[in-house]
Amino acid sequence: MGATEQGVIGQSIRRKEDYRFLTGAGQYTADVYPQHHSHAYFLRSPHAHAKIRHIDTTKAKAAPGVLAVFTGADLTGVNGLPCGWLITGTDGKPMNEPPHPVLAQGKVRYVGDHVALVVAETPNQAKDAAELIDVDYEVLPAVVNCVEALKPGAPQIHDGAPGNKCYTWALGDKAAVDAAFASAAQVSKLDIVNNRLIPNAIEPRAAVATYNRADDSYELYVANQNPHVERLLMTAFVLSLPEHKVRVIAPDVGGGFGSKIYLYAEETAMVWASKRVNRPIKWVAERSESFVSDAHGRDHVTHAELALDKSGKFLAMRVHTTANMGAYLSTFASCIPTILYATLLAGQYTTPAIYAEVTASFTNTAPVDAYRGAGRPEATYVVERLVHQAAVDTGIAQDEIRRRNFIRSFPYQTPVALTYDTGNYDATLDEAMKMADVAGFATRKAEAATRGTLRGIGYASYIEACGLAPSNIAGALGARAGLFEAGEVRVHPTGSITVFTGSHSHGQGHETTFAQIVAARLGVPVENVDVVHGDTGRVPFGMGTYGSRSLAVGGTAIVKALDKIVAKGKKIAAHLLEAAEADIEFKDGKFTVAGTDRSKTFGEIALTAYVPHNYPLDKLEPGLDETAFYDPTNFTYPAGTHICEVEIDPDTGVVQVANFVACDDFGNIINPMIVEGQVHGGLTQGIGQALLERCVYDPESGQLLTGSYMDYAMPRADDVPSFKVGTKVTPCTHNPLGAKGCGEAGAIGAPAAVMNAVHDALAAAGVKYLDMPASPHRVWQAIQSAKKS
Amino acid sequence: MAISVSLTVNGKPVTADIDPRTLLVEFLRTHLGLTGTHVGCDTGQCGACTVHVDGQAIKSCTILAVQAQDAAVTTIEGLAAADGTMHPMQAAFKECHGLQCGFCTPGMVMSAIDLVERHPKASEQTIRDELEGNLCRCTGYHNIVKAVQQGAAAMGK
Repeated sequence: MGATEQGVIGQSIRRKEDYRFLTGAGQYTADVYPQHHSHAYFLRSPHAHAKIRHIDTTKAKAAPGVLAVFTGADLTGVNGLPCGWLITGTDGKPMNEPPHPVLAQGKVRYVGDHVALVVAETPNQAKDAAELIDVDYEVLPAVVNCVEALKPGAPQIHDGAPGNKCYTWALGDKAAVDAAFASAAQVSKLDIVNNRLIPNAIEPRAAVATYNRADDSYELYVANQNPHVERLLMTAFVLSLPEHKVRVIAPDVGGGFGSKIYLYAEETAMVWASKRVNRPIKWVAERSESFVSDAHGRDHVTHAELALDKSGKFLAMRVHTTANMGAYLSTFASCIPTILYATLLAGQYTTPAIYAEVTASFTNTAPVDAYRGAGRPEATYVVERLVHQAAVDTGIAQDEIRRRNFIRSFPYQTPVALTYDTGNYDATLDEAMKMADVAGFATRKAEAATRGTLRGIGYASYIEACGLAPSNIAGALGARAGLFEAGEVRVHPTGSITVFTGSHSHGQGHETTFAQIVAARLGVPVENVDVVHGDTGRVPFGMGTYGSRSLAVGGTAIVKALDKIVAKGKKIAAHLLEAAEADIEFKDGKFTVAGTDRSKTFGEIALTAYVPHNYPLDKLEPGLDETAFYDPTNFTYPAGTHICEVEIDPDTGVVQVANFVACDDFGNIINPMIVEGQVHGGLTQGIGQALLERCVYDPESGQLLTGSYMDYAMPRADDVPSFKVGTKVTPCTHNPLGAKGCGEAGAIGAPAAVMNAVHDALAAAGVKYLDMPASPHRVWQAIQSAKKS
Repeated sequence: MAISVSLTVNGKPVTADIDPRTLLVEFLRTHLGLTGTHVGCDTGQCGACTVHVDGQAIKSCTILAVQAQDAAVTTIEGLAAADGTMHPMQAAFKECHGLQCGFCTPGMVMSAIDLVERHPKASEQTIRDELEGNLCRCTGYHNIVKAVQQGAAAMGK
């Protein structure tokens, strides 16, 4: 890239999308008010597990304003919601995949399960009518814990999943691991609960479904991260509708964090019902509904062991995890605790042998699926808590034990299937230690002690696999979808540009970052580039946004389309300049005959493409509009080190994050301001998991006990510090942007860094082990128990 | 049974016959089309619906529209100048990247303005304490705090 182009890349350009958000002009799904629309309300199960003996909707149907009431019995010809990833078990058999009905069919399996859809003139009328539906339930015993669900005698949730098992799956060389453990000088062990979380995007899920009788088509506005995937799954697998007759629009979306990837029952039922009532139907989840019905995250129970030699070198790791799938398989549930988890257990280390076994179980809880990080935070937590423990057990310093085991030669083939292309783990650790002033920690700790507080420091050197994904590799691992991305660059006759991307922005700032890529490459001002996303009626078929993939995969698709634009521009310029195409250079927005001052501007070429009076029409089509699909050849591997310092008041158990430093390697960075913002947000979700958040179901009744913001502790402004964030760069080797992705890193590294700091601080009080969240109650109790023993 | 309500919204007088149980936020969004005020929860916790009633920040999901009888209500749509120039607090949020998905943003900005009116020269800790009633899931609050500081300075506070 030339000097001018570099001037746009790497600049913290203020976001193009901000004006509308700051002036109340954003348009979220709940802001869509079609003429003559009606309102949906979903009657949900109040029981965690029950047979439905009978449903009487007579009174509800006769209630004021009611247009229709539908139950599972009405949905003839409608299939269940599909799971997009097939896991093959250690027994060689496919996972158990019981039906996931759109509306309950004879049984409900979690509190919040969908029983009936009421459509009425107003939201209150729909709600009032739902109360008149008489459902005769036979309540059954429930099980909510993923380990309990697998025990003999546990309530059976699905006929098609004996013992509530979805699958047992394994990765790695068990014999090599067992042999290494047998000869190890030191074995460090941990039992870990990775706490269940509720994603809680501040915009609740919402949908507006409209049927158009004129051409037998449908339009669905929905708060979603990947509208093409939503449409494909809904039309091809569930409703058997022609895909081209359904337009899915995900307009401004108020945060996703994974929870809006999935095809949910609500919008599916609404699209189906919109034809039956022949009126637009609108539904906006109340927060209480979001709590019970959004897909949740994490919820692992793990035993992990690390074998070391005398010098602190890691010899092998052995991990057994039980993962909670919830009552049904959500869209990508099955691949989270397997493909996106066990493959990351090498971390940043040369551990030569790793064996992981994962059993996934069904429970009477909401479905569990990807939540920011999705498998990778769980893997990092296992690895980095184990490494911390190993350092404690061996007396080796926390930084030193990591250094003794870092991977330093790339590409590196891990024993758990991935090939890291590049990285520099010493660089991020060194920089993080400098930023955190680790040298001054002892002084700070001593000072804290004078105030009666316990100060601790914790490290997490994480890695993640992002840029999902090479379709052929994903397919071999069970993916039932491609994982490419699409981009179209449409140059207008006057030289301004509209980019259509299959990626979706719900806070990530694509409208700015992607415009910077285009502006840099074509030498045009950022203001001349607009980015369109989130509409199957406008953008080419794309896979959407999750797994920190948008820049590495979606951005690269745009780069590929730009390559085509420049290639065609050169042909047009060669004609106009009467030169050979091979002699045309494109730089800083100008097509120049090499070695001369004869040139045409990008604007002149654009105009010529659409006003082709002097144009090689016999050899070249007019127009300047190119589309590219990009399928990555490998995952990307963002990595870094996070260092946290906490202070704990032993009298109250309150943990305060005193200092948090993150040094990350995201590859090349287009907009540092946006990247830092992504890190801040991720860190806060990670600190939330470590100190505050925990989804709790009552073990007997299966009721969700943390079903509102009064009960589920979200991180608030006074729960977190200001952060120190920095970056080191090793460019990704296999995409032209050199980008790795930054969206999930904070949530991946932070939980382990915080909890390692908590354990470091509590060591002085004799506390050995604590699960997340390290709430005041838990910390205080742990301190009291340690005193007694 | 409908009830009549009269108030001023963003400087314009408004009179409407509404269902008495209509919340102020519902009135603003559904009756007046002012969809910049958002609803993020049902327990008065998230603050996405924050507006100013007679100059004071309130959560518009916690009062009925009829309780705003004769009041002057300002929503996020009423902050910018007539030519579209943003209020200094809005401009500071953009400059400091104090927003990502934008959903909590209108409530956050309305709270921030009220905060700096009540606490000129607020410390970082005061800002954090005062924003406790506004949830943001995207930004980690880091840049929101910076934006409030910068916005306060730009407002001459």
